[in-house]
Amino acid sequence: MNNKGIPIPEIIKDNIMSKYPAKVAKKRSKSMVINDPVASIEIQANVRTIPGIITQRGCSYAGCKGVVLGPTRDIVNLTHGPIGCGFYSWLTRRNQTQPGPDGENYMPYCFSTDMQDENIVFGGEKKLKEAIQEAYDIFHPKAISIFSTCPVGLIGDDIHSVAVEMKEKFGDCNVFGFSCEGYKGVSQSAGHHIANNQLFKHLVGNDDTNTGGKFRINLLGEYNIGGDAFLLEKMFEDLGITLVATFSGNSSVTQFERSHTADLNCIMCHRSINYVAEMMEEKYGIPWLKVNFIGAESTAKSLRKIASFFRDDELSANVEKMITEKMAIVKEQLKEIYPRTENKTAMLFVGGSRAHHYQDLFKELGMKILAAGYEFAHRDDYEGREVLPTIKVDADSRNIEEIKVEKDPAKYKERLSPEEKASLESQGLQFNNYDGMMKEMDPKSFVIDDISHWESEELIKTLKPDIFCAGIKEKYVIQKSGVPLFQMHSYDYGGPFAGFEGAVNFYKEIDRRVNTKVWGLMQAPWKKEASISASLIKAS
Amino acid sequence: MLLRHTPKEVIERNALTINPAKTCQPIGAMYAALGIHRCFPHSHGSQGCCAYHRSTLTRHYKEPIMAGTSSFTEGASVFGGQANLVQALDNIYTIYKPDIVAVHTTCLSETIGDDIPQIVSKAQESGKIPEGKYIVYASTPSYVGSHITGFANMVSGIIQGFANQSERVIENRINIIPGWVEPSDMAEIRRMMSLMRAKYIMVPDTSDVLDAPLTGRHEFYPKGGTTIKELQSLGESSMTLALGHFTSVPGAETLRRLADVPYEFQDIPIGISATDRFLMAASHATGAEISESLETERGQLVDMISDMQQYLYGKSVAIYGDPDQLIGLTEFLLDLDMHPKYIISGSAGKVFTKRINALMEKYGKEAIVKNGPQADMFYLHQLIKNEKVDLLIGNTYGKYMARDEDIPFLRYGFPILDRVGHSYFPSVGYKGAMYMLKNILDLFLDRKDRDAPEESFELVM
Ligand code: SF4
Ligand code: SF4
Repeated sequence: MNNKGIPIPEIIKDNIMSKYPAKVAKKRSKSMVINDPVASIEIQANVRTIPGIITQRGCSYAGCKGVVLGPTRDIVNLTHGPIGCGFYSWLTRRNQTQPGPDGENYMPYCFSTDMQDENIVFGGEKKLKEAIQEAYDIFHPKAISIFSTCPVGLIGDDIHSVAVEMKEKFGDCNVFGFSCEGYKGVSQSAGHHIANNQLFKHLVGNDDTNTGGKFRINLLGEYNIGGDAFLLEKMFEDLGITLVATFSGNSSVTQFERSHTADLNCIMCHRSINYVAEMMEEKYGIPWLKVNFIGAESTAKSLRKIASFFRDDELSANVEKMITEKMAIVKEQLKEIYPRTENKTAMLFVGGSRAHHYQDLFKELGMKILAAGYEFAHRDDYEGREVLPTIKVDADSRNIEEIKVEKDPAKYKERLSPEEKASLESQGLQFNNYDGMMKEMDPKSFVIDDISHWESEELIKTLKPDIFCAGIKEKYVIQKSGVPLFQMHSYDYGGPFAGFEGAVNFYKEIDRRVNTKVWGLMQAPWKKEASISASLIKAS
Repeated sequence: MLLRHTPKEVIERNALTINPAKTCQPIGAMYAALGIHRCFPHSHGSQGCCAYHRSTLTRHYKEPIMAGTSSFTEGASVFGGQANLVQALDNIYTIYKPDIVAVHTTCLSETIGDDIPQIVSKAQESGKIPEGKYIVYASTPSYVGSHITGFANMVSGIIQGFANQSERVIENRINIIPGWVEPSDMAEIRRMMSLMRAKYIMVPDTSDVLDAPLTGRHEFYPKGGTTIKELQSLGESSMTLALGHFTSVPGAETLRRLADVPYEFQDIPIGISATDRFLMAASHATGAEISESLETERGQLVDMISDMQQYLYGKSVAIYGDPDQLIGLTEFLLDLDMHPKYIISGSAGKVFTKRINALMEKYGKEAIVKNGPQADMFYLHQLIKNEKVDLLIGNTYGKYMARDEDIPFLRYGFPILDRVGHSYFPSVGYKGAMYMLKNILDLFLDRKDRDAPEESFELVM
């Protein structure tokens, strides 16, 4: 403890590490840093989880099928593998979708080849073909995609040639595959990359239809958890901004196919989708900007960025008008809640961007972030993209395909001349930039990558946060200790939390969480009585 | 419409499963291992499987599910997972300090052919398993069987790890393998046994593990679960009652093979007839009398049925889920004069169809029974589209069908992701039957209240 009674972070860290076997402590120590927002501190990220350590992480299949492709309604997503992987990813991620104008929506379905031992021994390609045929015969979908699970890669089924064969056979149905076996990479992150690659190869750029509109953008890395994308869609519509495609909340195949006709890519979750943005810039000339619509202030800031990109007075005026109107409402609502949340503390350990984005909302509530970290991010998501050249590519990342992209001679269009770009940059607009989480966090706060069960329990014990944000696997562990856990993947079935309206929803949500009476009920009254009378006896 | 693409016309499928009525082996193994006191389940494979299993069990129980993974990456997948498992064991015993680690495999480690017994003896030799600590294992490839198989395999694995041939037989004490039922059901079996003052060991037992109270302290190992002492004593019991063909007989058979303990098969005590048989079997085997209080509970159940029989008679039901439970449920529904018309289980096994058909014959009813490949909820939905039923019973995924077809829906089985109660209120025994009956009646009567025209809306029912 220091003289204010606050435990010293270095000591907390030492205590945590002391429980680990020496080799583990040495490795984990590099993934747990005490923040210094000014000096650039290196954090170890995107490395293997140590076997036997209770981790939050999932696999590449989950990142590919569950996260990136999951929210698209009109693709028949066929899991090629034994039954489990498909079963667990069936409707368990909370991306909402509208059925769309044509009503083609396969999200409530789970499709699997349910491989049996004879398929493992003799190969599963035949069964896969048959399953694709059956799906086609029953549903006649626009697209069928195949997701490989672990055994598929090992037995050597070639899902991509099956896809090509079936696509040719059908003629009116796009069939493509994802080699997203769960052992690839070290977390869901590998799956995001694989998903990005295949989306780019098989869908982006297929349809040149331009549906019009003066300000045409794509929103990347927004998955419509709890209806976030619905709010953002409405916000853009109100501003006269045309949303060509969202990757991939409330999305459709057609949106992806036309996404190259947009003029600007706006990235929400940098981790899961920056690859597509980079490739679209190379091939089609679409610049990208990092945005964040979580938090009222961040929303305002992001809207201003978009408006300044388009250099249109009317759009800028509309944006300013919206910000003024909405901020007045937001501030009004916040005023009432703020005294109850001010100075409370939070920890956030989740995903690849939310643990950063949601800090803005907590700050608006006057709360302090004691510790944060990602589940599957890379160093750039912590330290900013400027560290990209210094990141060593290890064996686990090397085997994930990097596609070489070239300018499309017909479809490439320069969105900004170099002079225009330079002038925007001189006004402060930063392209292809993400600063990461650490620069915005307090000095001496904890930044921890791929936090383990043991580390989070110790943090809770020593720092006693008022709220802990993580996922379903952590939820009840933390709550048993009497600390509310907010599920940041599923929003605990609440939300939406994006944009201005979402911010207000979040304020109310957190107010309820940190002020509920339930934690006060934990101890039975006779237990309290017993301890009082015991002390009476002692005293007498 | 939620499942708007499901056509009425049934096209035969051979390769494609849509909306499965089963899941994979390891999750069952994980659940079984959680029913052992101070046991840490470990998933030998890549970390995704473990994340999925923990998430699904957590959502179902709304309780912490602590388990480890060997976190395979591509290297381990090519060169084998020995190093990963040995390191994992070292870490687990050091950090989480369990008394037992229960290792199960995944598709990945099975496909590459990791030899768990051999790796475990390596770990033992190199001192990675501390003195006085244990390790058990089960092979659970998901391309064979289902989550039910995984449960049974882990129960066998646990028994194999501890069962000793014993000279001593503790007369009148039995082992009970309860099958894959809820913690509430295991607690109910315990309650019935203690009302009879019967002596028993139950393995596994997730009561007081997956229904732990909120106290402000996270107990990594809650107080419940079969203890090591009990496991070591399994071989001394006079017999084993195996509740459920699929989930319990394999474990009982393992114990017979290794320790010469005979076993008797009984159904999971769902509903009145199966509970009657369970209690009689338990009474015969232990010499304990069926208590008066249990007889009173039985009488209350019969009373409740007779009071409300008009609302049940002839009602058709579609059920899906796990085979042992569906057998019990089918018999209960038939006892209630209801008609289980479609019975679907993704888990394969000839005994299932045989048992269901025998029940149908006994009660003079007909049903469409399908289990194994393509016995999925998509097919069930198609059957319902062709001829509707009055009630749907099954896990949470049924809510999509229920809403589309406007059918009253009772959540039962695994997983239940959108309601609470199953970990606290049993469905076995007479009490469990009463609780289930109450829920069925509530569904019918609420619907009647919802749909009745103004002039025939009833106060008393
Ligand atoms: S890989 Fe096998 S064990 Fe893992 S989730 Fe899939 S089916 Fe289950
Ligand atoms: S790790 Fe492999 S087997 Fe497990 S869930 Fe992921 S893809 Fe499936």
